[in-house]
Amino acid sequence: MGSAENKAASAANKTDKGFVYLPLIAGWLVPGAGHFLLRKWGRGTLLAVSIISLYVLGLAMDGKLYTGAQDILELLGLVGDLGNGLMYFVGRMMSLGGDPIQFTTAEYGTKFIEFAGLLNVIAAIDAHNLRTGRKAS
Amino acid sequence: MIRPSHFTALLLVAIFASTVFGITMRDTPKRMLRYGLYCFTLFVGSAILLSWVMYFIAR
Repeated sequence: MGSAENKAASAANKTDKGFVYLPLIAGWLVPGAGHFLLRKWGRGTLLAVSIISLYVLGLAMDGKLYTGAQDILELLGLVGDLGNGLMYFVGRMMSLGGDPIQFTTAEYGTKFIEFAGLLNVIAAIDAHNLRTGRKAS
Repeated sequence: MIRPSHFTALLLVAIFASTVFGITMRDTPKRMLRYGLYCFTLFVGSAILLSWVMYFIAR
């Protein structure tokens, strides 16, 4: 009973201070940053390493960064890529990633990049849930 | 440019995805570790199982 009250009180405190969506936005822009803002150093580091590794491996496999959407599949790929936040925009600015997919591994790489983006969105939402108190700790 | 085999690519995805799933889907470190291992086993196990199914279908 006491612990439930403490949890509710801590959740209320968390929602009172500052901009609630900051961990969500920071977590989307930079993998793990949402958790770092909440002082979850270990989790943030593991998330950042996992997501950045997938993205970098995807690029190293000559995976494609979607630049536009001509059909529904490309649109889904673009949405997945956008989940990478700043990494996607930096990659676009530096013209990283292969364009015509010539090898099987390039197809894997494209999926790695999309998957990294989707995992980053999950991590950012987790940071938001921690911030609002929806997730206990 | 790196060119991993299909199975190596699967292992890489399984390791990183299981880490993220474990951290985001559970509350305590112990439960995170268990859920991460569970996801990793399902990723790799289902791929091996489906590979054998496809192997026998192709014959």
